[in-house]
Amino acid sequence: MEELSLHILDIAENSVTAGAKNIEIKITENKETDLLKIEIIDDGKGMSEEEVNKALDPFFTSRTTRRVGLGLPILHQAAKLANGKMDIRSIVGKGTHVSATFQLSHIDLQPLGNMAETITALIASNPNIDVKYEYKRNKNKFVFNTREIKEKLADVNINTSGILSFVKQFITENTESLS
Amino acid sequence: MPRLKIDDLDKIADQQRRKMTVREGGGKAKITVHMGTCGIAAGARNIMSTFLKEIEAHNAHDVILTTSACAGLCSREPMATVELAGQAPVKYVDLTEEKAKKIFASHVLQGKLVQDYALSIGSERIQ
Repeated sequence: MEELSLHILDIAENSVTAGAKNIEIKITENKETDLLKIEIIDDGKGMSEEEVNKALDPFFTSRTTRRVGLGLPILHQAAKLANGKMDIRSIVGKGTHVSATFQLSHIDLQPLGNMAETITALIASNPNIDVKYEYKRNKNKFVFNTREIKEKLADVNINTSGILSFVKQFITENTESLS
Repeated sequence: MPRLKIDDLDKIADQQRRKMTVREGGGKAKITVHMGTCGIAAGARNIMSTFLKEIEAHNAHDVILTTSACAGLCSREPMATVELAGQAPVKYVDLTEEKAKKIFASHVLQGKLVQDYALSIGSERIQ
């Protein structure tokens, strides 16, 4: 993976596979504490304690347990490379909370990359899942929520190309302008 | 230029609504981009964006774009499956933006399979 936004897309796809109806992606960038935190929270089927313990083991990627793949181990590696760590909390039947932290000033920190494209790709293929994206940079915050979009759209599907273009541009413009 | 606001959506939704009434029936074609870890690492997100752009550029609102997980052929990613209504799905491998555009123009819009980029006809799933 070349950028963190691709990891995020990958982990969010896990949430989709786990049957999540709501996916929340939170990114917190704080210069003062020199920390970048990424959280992916879903209400999918969750994992048992045993599965959580194995989730970071790349060799747990057996074909019979498709919902756990290489995705988590490589995000874990990316976090470790940037002096960070990863934490997975999960409750069977309730959902999973994946969080990864990184040292913001670390030279090996991967760029965040194109989050607008990640969110758009996620919505395009999963119009029925509600996605909330929160991006906090220092003291400023941008929140995007498909629920808000869907309310405005009424009878128009969120995954029509014109709406997806809007979403992409909307996220790009509003996050780039955060200082 | 002022940046987009959520209220700007009203106008866009109206435009979409007008396009939708012109559209007849269900989906004409379905494109599935394989979005497993392997696919994403190989550039599947860019392929997805390319198809989205093409759909919008050609006003092809009867084309359904979706994703699937790893198809078990990680070394040939990015991959996409194109399925025209009533026809067998065709799997395309080793995709690039250019190949995706060509596939869209030829297979999706005109129904002509792009043999050079195709792996096989059929689906990995038993239906």
